[in-house]
Amino acid sequence: MGAMTLLGWAFDGLVGTGLVWLAWRALSSPSLYAAVVLFVAFGLLLTLAWVRLNAPDVALAEAAIGAGLTGALLLGALARLRGSGARKASGAHADRPGARISAWPLAATATLAVVCGLAATLIFREPTTVGLGAEVTRNLPVSGVSNPVTAVLLNFRGYDTLLETGVLLLALIGARSFGPAIDYAPEPAPAGPVLEALARFLVPLAILVSGYLLWVGAYAPGGAFQAGAVLAALGVVLVLSGQGRGRMTAPGLAVRFLFVLGPAAFVIMAAATLALQGRLLEYPPAHAGVLILVLEAAATLSIGAILLALFAGSSFGKDNGTGP
Amino acid sequence: MQSVFLLVALFLLLNLAAGLWRIARGPTAADRMLAAQLLGTTAVGILLLLAQANAMPAARDVALVLALLAAVTAVAFVRRAWPPVEGGHDPD
Amino acid sequence: MTPIDLLSLPLIALGAFFFFAGTVGLLRFPDVYTRLHALTKADNLGLGLIVMGLAVHAESWFVAGELFLIWTLVLVSGASVAHLVAHSALEKGIRPWER
Repeated sequence: MGAMTLLGWAFDGLVGTGLVWLAWRALSSPSLYAAVVLFVAFGLLLTLAWVRLNAPDVALAEAAIGAGLTGALLLGALARLRGSGARKASGAHADRPGARISAWPLAATATLAVVCGLAATLIFREPTTVGLGAEVTRNLPVSGVSNPVTAVLLNFRGYDTLLETGVLLLALIGARSFGPAIDYAPEPAPAGPVLEALARFLVPLAILVSGYLLWVGAYAPGGAFQAGAVLAALGVVLVLSGQGRGRMTAPGLAVRFLFVLGPAAFVIMAAATLALQGRLLEYPPAHAGVLILVLEAAATLSIGAILLALFAGSSFGKDNGTGP
Repeated sequence: MQSVFLLVALFLLLNLAAGLWRIARGPTAADRMLAAQLLGTTAVGILLLLAQANAMPAARDVALVLALLAAVTAVAFVRRAWPPVEGGHDPD
Repeated sequence: MTPIDLLSLPLIALGAFFFFAGTVGLLRFPDVYTRLHALTKADNLGLGLIVMGLAVHAESWFVAGELFLIWTLVLVSGASVAHLVAHSALEKGIRPWER
C-alpha cells in the first residue's frame, strides 16, 4: 500500500505545482491568446485535481465548462477584440503617475501570509465540526435519488439551485444588454466537408452523452448542469460549422422559451409545494424522484440554451468589428 | 496492479507537464492549440487509468466529456480565433 | 500476476511509450505540420493501446464499450481537427519546414 500513497503524493504534487505554474503564466502572459490557451490547460489540470479529490461531479462540470466551453467563449471574445484593435494584454502603463509603485511586493506578502496561515491551521488545529455528510446519508432514502450530490442540489438545497438558474438567466440578460442589436453575420468561411462530417459525428453523440448524464445523475455523478453544458457544446459545434442559422444571435420565441424554462420550472415547483404543503420546495417522498428528474430536465435545456447563447452572442467577430 | 496504473498515470502526467512548455513557448498560435489538444488526450488517458487505479468508474464519464469538449475547443480555435500570422499576410 | 495482468501490462506500457513519443515530437519537431503528425500518433496508438489494456480489466461489457467509445471519439475528432488545423495553417501561409 505504500507504493500507492507514494505515487499518489507524487501525482498530487505534480498537479498542484502545475496549477500554480499555469496560473502564473496565464496571468503574466503578454499575449492574450496564449493566456486563453493556458487557461484551458489550467481547466484540464483542475479536472484531474477534482478527480483526485474524489469529487467526480465537480470534475464533470469542470471538464465540460472550464476546459471546454470557457475556452470556446474566450476564443470567440478574442476574435471580437481583435476586430476592434486591442491585441496585447499589457499596455504601456508605466508612464502614468503613481504606477511606479509596484503592487507586486504587497500582493506577494499577502498571499504568502494567507498560505502560511491556512497551512498552520490545517496542521496544528483539529477540526471541531464534522460537516453534514452523515445527515445527508441518513436522509438519502427520502430524497428520491441515491446520489448524495444530486440529493443536496435538487432536494435538500433546491432553493439554492433555483437561485442559480435565475443567476444564469440574469447573466444572459446582462451580456446581451451590452451589444448593439445584432444582425446575424454568416460564417466568414464556408465549412469544409471535414468540419461538416465532424459536426455530424459529434452532435448525436453529444445528445446521447447529455441524456446519459442527466439520467445517471440520480445514482452516480452527473446531473443537470453537466448535461446542459454538453448540450451547449453541441450547439457551439453547430454554430461553428455554419448551421446555426441565426437562431442564437437573434433568438426567436422558441429559444427564449428555452431560456426561461429552467428557472420557471423551479419557481412553479416552489409555488406548488408552498401552496399544497406550506413548505418551500419540499417534495412528497413518494414522487421525489420523478419531480427531481423533471426539474433537472428543464434545467438542462435552459442551461444548455443559455450557455450557447452566451457563446453565440460573440459570433459576429470578424466582419462586424464594431463593438460597443 | 493498481499501483502500476497509478505509475503509468504519473508518467503521463509528466508528459503533460512537458507539453505545458510548448503552450508557453509557442511560437505560433497553432502550436499552442496543438499542445492543448495533446494535453486533452493525455488527460483522457490519465483519467481512464485513474478510474481503474482508484476504483472510480465516474472518472470514465469525465474522460468521455473531456474528449467531447476538447474537440469543440479546437474547432472554436480554427473557426474563430486563429490570430494572423506574425509577418505573413493578414487574411482577416 | 494473473494472466489478465500479463496481457494488459505490455499494452499499457506500449501505449504510454507512444504518448511519450507524441510529446517528444511536439517539443522537438520543427514546424506545425510535423508536430501535428506526432500528436495524432499519441491519439491513435497511445490512447488505443491504453484503452485495450484497460478493457481487459473492465468489469462489464458496458464499461469496455465506453472505453472504446472514448477512443473512437478521440480518433475521429483528433483526425478532423488535425486536418482543419493543417488546412488553415496552409491557407495562412505557414510554410512547411524544409531542411
